[in-house]
Amino acid sequence: MKTKLAFYSLVISIFAVLAGCEPVMVLDPKGPQAETTANVIWISIATMAFVVVVVFGMMAYIVFKYRASRQSPDYEPPHIEGNHLVESIIVGIPVLIIIFLSIVTVKSTYEVEATPKGYEDQKPLIVYASSSDWKWHFSYPEENIETVNYLYIPTDRPIEFRLYSYGPITSFWIPQLGGQKYAMSDMVTKLHLAATVPGEYMGRNANFSGKGFAENIFEVKAMPESEFDKWVEDVKSTAAPLSEEKFKELLEPGHLGQMTFSGTHLKFLPPPEGEHGGHNH
Amino acid sequence: MKIDNTLPLEYSTEQNRMNVLGFWIFLGAEVMLFATLFATYFTLAHRTGNGPSGAEIFEIAPVLIETFLLLTSSFTIGLGVHAMRLGRKNAMIAFFAVTLLLGLAFLGVEIYEFTHYVHIGAGLQTSAFTAILLTTLGTHGAHVTLGLFWGLFIILQVKKRGLTPETANKSFIFSLYWHFLDVVWIFIFSFVYLKGMM
Amino acid sequence: MDYFDRFAIPHPSPAIYASMVAIGLTVVAIIFGLTYFKKWGYLWREWLTTVDHKRIGIMYLISALIMLFRGGVDAIMMRAQTAVPDNKLLDAQHYNEVFTTHGVVMIIFMAMPFIYALMNVVVPLQIGARDVAFPRLNALSFWLFFMGAMLFNISFVIGGSPDAGWTSYFPLAGNDFSQSVGTNYYMLSIQIAGIGTLISGINFTTTIFKMRAPGMTLMKMPMFTWTALITNAIVLFAFPVLTIALLLGTMDRLFGTNFFTMTNGGMDMLWANLFWVWGHPEVYILILPAFGIYSEVISTFSRRNLYGYKSMVGSIVIISFFSFLVWTHHFFTMGQGPLTNSIFSITTMAIAIPTGIKIFNWLLTMRKGSIKFTVPMLYSVGFIPIFTIGGVTGVMLGMASADYQYHNTMFLVAHFHYTIIPGVVFAMIAGLTYWWPKMFGFMLNERIGKWAFWFIAIGFNVTFFPMFFTGLDGQARRMYTYSEATGFGPLNMLSFAGAIVLMIGFALIVYNVYYSTRYASRNISADPWNARTLEWATHSPVPSYNFAITPQVNSIEALWDHKKKGQPLFSGPIEKIHMPNNSGVPFIMSCIFFVWGFSFVFSMWIPAIITTIGIFVCMAHRSFEKDDGYYISVKEIEDTEKECEVQSR
Repeated sequence: MKTKLAFYSLVISIFAVLAGCEPVMVLDPKGPQAETTANVIWISIATMAFVVVVVFGMMAYIVFKYRASRQSPDYEPPHIEGNHLVESIIVGIPVLIIIFLSIVTVKSTYEVEATPKGYEDQKPLIVYASSSDWKWHFSYPEENIETVNYLYIPTDRPIEFRLYSYGPITSFWIPQLGGQKYAMSDMVTKLHLAATVPGEYMGRNANFSGKGFAENIFEVKAMPESEFDKWVEDVKSTAAPLSEEKFKELLEPGHLGQMTFSGTHLKFLPPPEGEHGGHNH
Repeated sequence: MKIDNTLPLEYSTEQNRMNVLGFWIFLGAEVMLFATLFATYFTLAHRTGNGPSGAEIFEIAPVLIETFLLLTSSFTIGLGVHAMRLGRKNAMIAFFAVTLLLGLAFLGVEIYEFTHYVHIGAGLQTSAFTAILLTTLGTHGAHVTLGLFWGLFIILQVKKRGLTPETANKSFIFSLYWHFLDVVWIFIFSFVYLKGMM
Repeated sequence: MDYFDRFAIPHPSPAIYASMVAIGLTVVAIIFGLTYFKKWGYLWREWLTTVDHKRIGIMYLISALIMLFRGGVDAIMMRAQTAVPDNKLLDAQHYNEVFTTHGVVMIIFMAMPFIYALMNVVVPLQIGARDVAFPRLNALSFWLFFMGAMLFNISFVIGGSPDAGWTSYFPLAGNDFSQSVGTNYYMLSIQIAGIGTLISGINFTTTIFKMRAPGMTLMKMPMFTWTALITNAIVLFAFPVLTIALLLGTMDRLFGTNFFTMTNGGMDMLWANLFWVWGHPEVYILILPAFGIYSEVISTFSRRNLYGYKSMVGSIVIISFFSFLVWTHHFFTMGQGPLTNSIFSITTMAIAIPTGIKIFNWLLTMRKGSIKFTVPMLYSVGFIPIFTIGGVTGVMLGMASADYQYHNTMFLVAHFHYTIIPGVVFAMIAGLTYWWPKMFGFMLNERIGKWAFWFIAIGFNVTFFPMFFTGLDGQARRMYTYSEATGFGPLNMLSFAGAIVLMIGFALIVYNVYYSTRYASRNISADPWNARTLEWATHSPVPSYNFAITPQVNSIEALWDHKKKGQPLFSGPIEKIHMPNNSGVPFIMSCIFFVWGFSFVFSMWIPAIITTIGIFVCMAHRSFEKDDGYYISVKEIEDTEKECEVQSR
């Protein structure tokens, strides 16, 4: 057993060092939503570490102390049915832990499902993000532009993503800005994010969607609002318009590089929202 | 085999008692099967796509006939089991035969109903709603069909072998099955047809 | 020739051709061997037609081990492919097929038969019964499972493997996006095996309710039997849901219905819901028997009665109840809103409480005991810390807001392997080693067994611990490759190294079976471990009738109290014993089911109709058949008993 414990502590310390050098994406948040989840994760790790320490400690002690080889050969283990006090403790403490974590969960779940904290009074930027095999289409209806496989967003402004899919269920995920949400073919789901730090982030489809799944990624660039507005103007004046035929062509299964269009596909192919979309049960 | 004469024939041996309990457990699983179908039906009932809705295709007449036939058959099989307990073999066979005939008539009306649906453009492929409607009804109908053959075999066995612990046990279990199908039908009648027509 | 094109592999590779040759050669070798050694009759009489629960258990066991090999090869291929960035060992299509079959094989065709192997062998013995309630149905269960497994396994050489993940989410698994017959195989083979499992559920529930030895009330049942009862109750409620889900999926694929399609009202989320309404209870179907095994092993090798028997029973009942109320946590990200997610988060985390009770009860069972580190005990003690990590990460995943970040990542993969491998695989190896002498009449070598344990325990942690980190760093599951820039490379390489160690561990187990079969002593007593429950009160290996005299039970640990307090266990004279006859019908019917499934996979309607009729003919045959079984005479029993006693001396 000693070798095993030694082994565990070795592994854990190795990873602690690794994690210390370069924080893992989910725990390196760049926006309020990701920060909330990162905090929840740290709280849960700390709580669970307590459980792990208690169980490991108890086990190490018991296994060491009651080995047959340490006992006299005529030792006869007693018959013990149980003990109400002990059983209340092993029920009671987990119940308290679960109640604590439930409160944390409910509070944070409501938080990350709503407009990010501190941004409630700002008008959100609406971006329709739709997936097709194996690409992401980003439509900015108010700006009237559309991109493929890359996403530019302004910092310090709430962004409301409206997600749907032209094929298998996909999952929209930008780890450093917030958690995932599914994009499905017959309804539109909403995801509220915001970025506080300018920079480039990884975004991807996290839900297996067939052959091209591994490469189903997109680049996210967060920039100050002024820079973002300039980019929008640039696109409007330089990018080719998106026609219905062109969009149908884009939907064909395969991989495309990054593309930019003026106009969006929302006009000729409306998303499955409103009366005819959504849960119909 | 030890035969306990203080109990009804269908419960008289250990194996018989296990068979009955086993069959009740099987019916429990069947309840889950149909519950899943119903849950799916409720989920998809309004997802009619370009096809018709329930209110547009349901007709009251065949449904009432089917309900009447199946409810009556449940009654007659009850009489059959009662006759069996009294040891009246021929009466029992007669009641079982009537039950099967009623079941056959039920199946006939259901087949008519199906062809009618397909005819008016509510086929299996039309929409999610029609698919789950026909699947739910079809699963029940398939159970009835299986029951017809099973019941027939049991009648033949009782006729040939008489009322033994074994045949009585089989007959009793078959009656449980048949009552169960009736219960499922009552649910179909209430929650598929009546609810759909309202 | 066009007709035969459908059987061709859509994405052939040298490895698949090599497998075809290997399969062909194996079949030829088996046929030749059976003919040469004149073993056809033996095989038919003693195995294919047997209704003996012990033999059926052994057949389940062999199938499970073969499937463990198959799933393990898949696993090694996956780890090898992802060991370095931009690897070209497998292409995307092959990788997708490999992880799909890995999941299905491990859950449905490895873990399930493994638990049923042990249940078959042990449950009737633990309750002092002659056999299960319906021996004939038991044989049918096994053969349906076996044929389902075979149908699934021929997919990669005939027509192509399923490639939509073991969860087979629609619309990806629908005709639009999965054109090969792979997913048809998935639907039909699991359906056939599932019917077998459902029949087992009925059989074992009835057995445990009706066939317990006199005096054994429900609250005097051994813990493994308790878990078997609850497990089979879950099977009864969960498997019909799977039956319907697969039926609807099959209809979508073969008959063009619109249950889960993207048009005409189809609803892709419905499949996910139905699948997990079965899928989550399925997890507990796998883990509860494992909990039972640990309870038996820990109590035996601590030489102490199980601590908190009543709370153990209570917690498995609560777990089974909650197992039906948490399915939504498999898709918190589907957008059902914070209220629904909060409710399912709380039910999910609540399961940790009864599970925690069990962990503490095992620890308290060891306390004041006299712990002997035999191989089964090593696995049980190893299980506690590893499963604790799996459990606490499960609580973390159950927190909806955090799950938005863990979902579909390697963190999740790490978590469920941290629960399933210690929870199921360790338990199965522990149970196998523990009950091996009861099945085969000799013991597995302890030395090799301990080596295997250390390889498996260390290899397992090295393989799966890094995944917690790559997951948090943004590595999604099911990615066949990744670029070097992601930085996932080193940790994935470590995983691969761990997988190799793990593989060596399993190879050692196989070697142990070989070694012990050749060299182990056959002179073992009925009770080589000094155990506490009834299965150890009869000979090893067990005679066909199990107990010459039906045992009389007065306490939870009937055998222990018989040994220590001299409570009478077997009293009264030997009487003739009624036994069921062997039957070929279950085997034949399952063969027909195999052809039936195959016909549906390829939409060949004429054979499909013929085999459907064939299945009903088998059922009709059973209805008309008169089978009263046979009796073993008192003299024969006395002779067998004498022989067993001489052997074990």
